[in-house]
Amino acid sequence: MGGNTPCASCKLLRRRCAKECIFAPYFPPEDPHKFAIVHKVFGASNVSKMLQDLPVHQRADAVSSLVYEANARMRDPVYGCVGAISYLQHQVSQLQMQLAVAQAEILCFQMQQQDSSSPSMAQKEVDEKSFLLQNGFGGNFVPHVLNNMNLCPSGNNVVFPQEQPLKRESLWT
Amino acid sequence: MSSSNSVEGSYSKRCAACKHLRRRCAEDCVLAPYFPATHPERFECVHKIFGAGNVARMLKTLPVQERAQAADSLSAEAYWRVRDPVYGSTGIVIQTNQEISATQCELAKIRAQISMYEARRATEQQLPPPPPPQVVMLNLVD
Repeated sequence: MGGNTPCASCKLLRRRCAKECIFAPYFPPEDPHKFAIVHKVFGASNVSKMLQDLPVHQRADAVSSLVYEANARMRDPVYGCVGAISYLQHQVSQLQMQLAVAQAEILCFQMQQQDSSSPSMAQKEVDEKSFLLQNGFGGNFVPHVLNNMNLCPSGNNVVFPQEQPLKRESLWT
Repeated sequence: MSSSNSVEGSYSKRCAACKHLRRRCAEDCVLAPYFPATHPERFECVHKIFGAGNVARMLKTLPVQERAQAADSLSAEAYWRVRDPVYGSTGIVIQTNQEISATQCELAKIRAQISMYEARRATEQQLPPPPPPQVVMLNLVD
């Protein structure tokens, strides 16, 4: 007498557990619930046929996935595993939308950076400032020689301080 | 003579399940509304994976208004199981979970980049205006 404990499937089906029982490796007697739900959803003969059609090294994974699906079906008799897939696919859609929004934000930043770091604009700004200073506007660097020049804030050059902001704006728009 | 078409449950009006199982399709056949004879492959898939008896039992335990959805989901699962005998619809779950992880990673990376840009912009705005450039001092002597 081998004294082998019958596997969970043979126990449930009340039959002798043969040595080459296809269920024995995957449905140990310590976990009768596992086979019970698979049998309830798929049926023992269908599971047996499915396992027989698979190479031995793939059977454990097949049993795990069948158990997963059977559990899902027991929890949700209407949608089963398909319900879980729908939920996950909805999550994917949400994440993809968030990703699209974030990518658009990055593009905006990159475009703004390109605008602000344009060398021609920076150089023009420097040129404008140096002209102002040379002509006595802003800062304390007016060279004394320039005091002799016939420049007066109220003269022709008064246009420049007012004009410069406008020019600057036009450069930026 | 009344047309044989008007006789309900006639031999010619069997659903896919009863046709496959070679039995008379009763008037109250629970499978008939969801496995029409026009789509025999749908029932064959479901029968192969779940078995007609199990499907009928599962549908009977549900209220009538939910049976169509249940039949559709059973058909989908059976189809995936026939296509992938090892993982079935669980394979789709695994794939979708992987897609979620990858997208979350990508999103986290891009959000980190956005934070960097925002920090840089905030720093640039806080800086005092740049000092006026050191112009050339014309050291002209009178």
